[in-house]
Amino acid sequence: MSATGIGAPVRRKEDSRFLTGRGTYTDDINRPGQVHAFLLRSPHAHAELRRVDTTSAKAAPGVLAVFAGADMQVGGLPCGWLIHSKDGNPMAEPPHPVLAQGKVRHVGDPIAVVIAETRAQAKDAAELIVVDYQPLPAVVAGEDALKPGAPQLHEQAKGNLCYDWHLGDKQAVDAAFAKAAHVTRLDIVNNRLVANPMEPRAAIGEYDRASGEYTLYTTSQNPHVIRLLMGAFVLQLPEHKLRVVAPDVGGGFGSKIYHYAEEAIVTWAAPHVGRPIKWTAERGESFASDAQGRDHVTHAELALDKDGKFLALRVATIANLGAYLSTFSTAIPTYLYGTLLAGTYTTPAVYVEVKSAFTNTVPVDAYRGAGRPEACYVIERIVDTAARELKIDPAELRRRNFIPKDAYPYQTPVALTYDSGDYFTTLDMAMKAADYAGFAQRREAAAKRGKLRGIGIATYIEACGIAPSAVAGALGARAGLYETAELRVHPTGSVTVFTGTHSHGQGHETTFAQLVSDRLGLPLEMIDVVHGDTNKIPFGMGTYGSRSLPVGGSALVKAMDKVVNKGKKIAAHLLEAAEADIEFKDGKFSVAGTDRNVAFGQVAFAAYVPHNYPIEELEPGLDETAFYDPKNFTYPAGCHIAEIEIDRDTGDVAVVRFTAADDFGRIINPMIVEGQVHGGLAQGIGQALYENAVYSDDGQLVTGSFMDYCMPRADNLPSFDVATHATLCTHNPLGVKGCGEAGAIGAPAAIMNAVADALAPLGIGSLDMPATPERIWRAIAAKTMPQAA
Amino acid sequence: MATVTLTVNGKSVTATVEPRTLLVQLLREQLALTGTHVGCDTSQCGACVVHVNGDSVKSCTMLAVQANGAQVTTIEGLATGDKLHPMQEAFRENHGLQCGFCTPGMVMSAVDFAKHHKSPTEQQIREWLEGNICRCTGYHNIVKAIKAGTEAMGRTA
Repeated sequence: MSATGIGAPVRRKEDSRFLTGRGTYTDDINRPGQVHAFLLRSPHAHAELRRVDTTSAKAAPGVLAVFAGADMQVGGLPCGWLIHSKDGNPMAEPPHPVLAQGKVRHVGDPIAVVIAETRAQAKDAAELIVVDYQPLPAVVAGEDALKPGAPQLHEQAKGNLCYDWHLGDKQAVDAAFAKAAHVTRLDIVNNRLVANPMEPRAAIGEYDRASGEYTLYTTSQNPHVIRLLMGAFVLQLPEHKLRVVAPDVGGGFGSKIYHYAEEAIVTWAAPHVGRPIKWTAERGESFASDAQGRDHVTHAELALDKDGKFLALRVATIANLGAYLSTFSTAIPTYLYGTLLAGTYTTPAVYVEVKSAFTNTVPVDAYRGAGRPEACYVIERIVDTAARELKIDPAELRRRNFIPKDAYPYQTPVALTYDSGDYFTTLDMAMKAADYAGFAQRREAAAKRGKLRGIGIATYIEACGIAPSAVAGALGARAGLYETAELRVHPTGSVTVFTGTHSHGQGHETTFAQLVSDRLGLPLEMIDVVHGDTNKIPFGMGTYGSRSLPVGGSALVKAMDKVVNKGKKIAAHLLEAAEADIEFKDGKFSVAGTDRNVAFGQVAFAAYVPHNYPIEELEPGLDETAFYDPKNFTYPAGCHIAEIEIDRDTGDVAVVRFTAADDFGRIINPMIVEGQVHGGLAQGIGQALYENAVYSDDGQLVTGSFMDYCMPRADNLPSFDVATHATLCTHNPLGVKGCGEAGAIGAPAAIMNAVADALAPLGIGSLDMPATPERIWRAIAAKTMPQAA
Repeated sequence: MATVTLTVNGKSVTATVEPRTLLVQLLREQLALTGTHVGCDTSQCGACVVHVNGDSVKSCTMLAVQANGAQVTTIEGLATGDKLHPMQEAFRENHGLQCGFCTPGMVMSAVDFAKHHKSPTEQQIREWLEGNICRCTGYHNIVKAIKAGTEAMGRTA
């Protein structure tokens, strides 16, 4: 292993600018002549708009323009995945207007935009817009929305139902339940979360009359996707006249995948006012307009035989999609959830039904893990519950049902084929690191201090690098799922990588440079990685679903293959040898078995100064682009173990130990991988103990600020004990699997299993997330002092 | 409108501001010091922490006019030329940042912490960070970085 190649904990190239305040986030950009937009948003969850009068606002100081829905007749925001219901009908796909058309459907739904010289003037003027609302009854919970008589959001979605989807063999599952020795049943809620990257969303729209080109600077995880969705569907702008730049982006976690109204508004309005227009969300707007995550209500049943072998899993889920279909919302509770319900186990039959509902809440879409945390939570909670009911050690029950190490490729009953894995080893590693064997003593010691101590295991599997395009297309995806890379070798041998993935904290500028350093033998200083600009990058699907390395890294490997292959032809000419005899290693092209060689830089120079060059057979230049369409998902997996202590008097949960053993395949930069795990764990623990998007019955987001929505702070979390064990992905050239989401997938179940373990001696059953002091205190009080409950 | 004169990163500046202008708005919008970030609207997140007369302050909680006559240091003023401040270097070495958005506030807050804690415990660091939210790192490496940075500052002091 070289100091800068694959496997090295290289310190990040991007850090210098971030540490010195020289990052360039969207709100840091100020275009000449720039003006500011402020959006008037609905204070009602559900209302008819009888009248929107912008006359006074237009006359306010500094105001250039005010546009309401009637003024902005453009396409609606599109949904990227068509789901079919079990009866074969396509999902209900109601329009998602950029500015409200006659009706608002959630608090925060944009009604009008004010554009003024300063942000303060725009905000002041927005207060002068007169809106005559006719409030309508609202519905906020998915299960309530599907009940007869519920307030109806959309004409196109009868009964507020988007689709009624299913997957798996129902008959096989019914038959297995009929012969089961034991059935475990569980009702659980997967709480709604707000992604809350620290950088609020922002967008700047600009129009150049000379070239007719529009430019959008935006806080996006995937600028090409935004260009396609906004250009083709909303504003009807062709790609060659629309540039989308996603510069430094301060975290995404899924919430910056989607095409949002504000992007279309500032782009559309720029030529109308003849000035660049900036919009930056206040945090309160982030809460009211960034797509939120999770929000499932599930009933699950697990059938077991007398030896504790899983026979079948039956799952029924209601997913809350919010008021409108966000870009990939429909795929999350279906193909990214139902397909994962086999988990790490040999359960031979699985059947899942998902009804997705429209409600008067902010739209819901992918948030770190997206569907897979919800699946893991169902499986790992019910497995743990079964272990408790059957008095089998939870680790032992898992071992009895794990997919054997020699069973790969393994076809699950819910469509996926796992290519590799070893769940036994990660379980053993985690148990050892967590001193699982010594837990009983620690529990006893805690009891002497008056604390309830619990330990919880969760094993997980996820599917990353969603693929292949053709399969996803057959399942309803309206986009390809490949990735691109261009490797531009410059005449003096330095290189620039153009990747279609996007880094918003993941450190691609370092990891991708390591791939190049490893393969081409170049020092990191000679490698730059460029991302986030549709005018620079050939194409790209961006970064989400832990896809950057498995898909984008693989594209880069393909581009490097092309460069090396062309380099061999050039070197063969320079060395007067046969191409078949040329080897490339450590930055040198050599004639096999001799000491004759030319350095990579010499070959690059020859390619651009082709004086001594096979010009008849070979074009000059050394610049190659590759597209990589994966053959399968990758399947990271692992085991998380949480140990917690509950204060009996306050119900407060302290996470005293957290251990993770993960299989991410080959690891390029272990320092970055550990950092990704830490961050995912914090979000998973946040979901389990702290975070909850709570709506009042009339649709107000009660937890609409950092004062109400509990973001995990440093003193809420422990240091983490993380380790990895690699089984390589068998179908991508790097053997990598992806590590971005794992922490958020395994941690909630591990924590909640630990909470259940701590409370089981008091006879307390399953609690829902977040396990706040109040919930736990009430549960304890109900058992120990019934008069207080 | 009001006129304020203050020293920012060692340079005297004078600006005309609306009375409602926050210090962070003055820094970002008028002085083009965009390293100081705004991550919330309730003074919870700490992305905007700067030093005012040597103490860490959330620059969204202070009006620009209140900083009249003050010495302000922002993240841009921490390094010496190309040489990173020991706390910046510790964040880099310990991978204490991912997306970089909370980082300026974290580093400025940590530098103030280090002045008051010579050999801190993990718990002291975690409690100090109560006013700085990070969504990327899970704080694990930030805590390590602040411990290392504090010790490094102690050595160079």
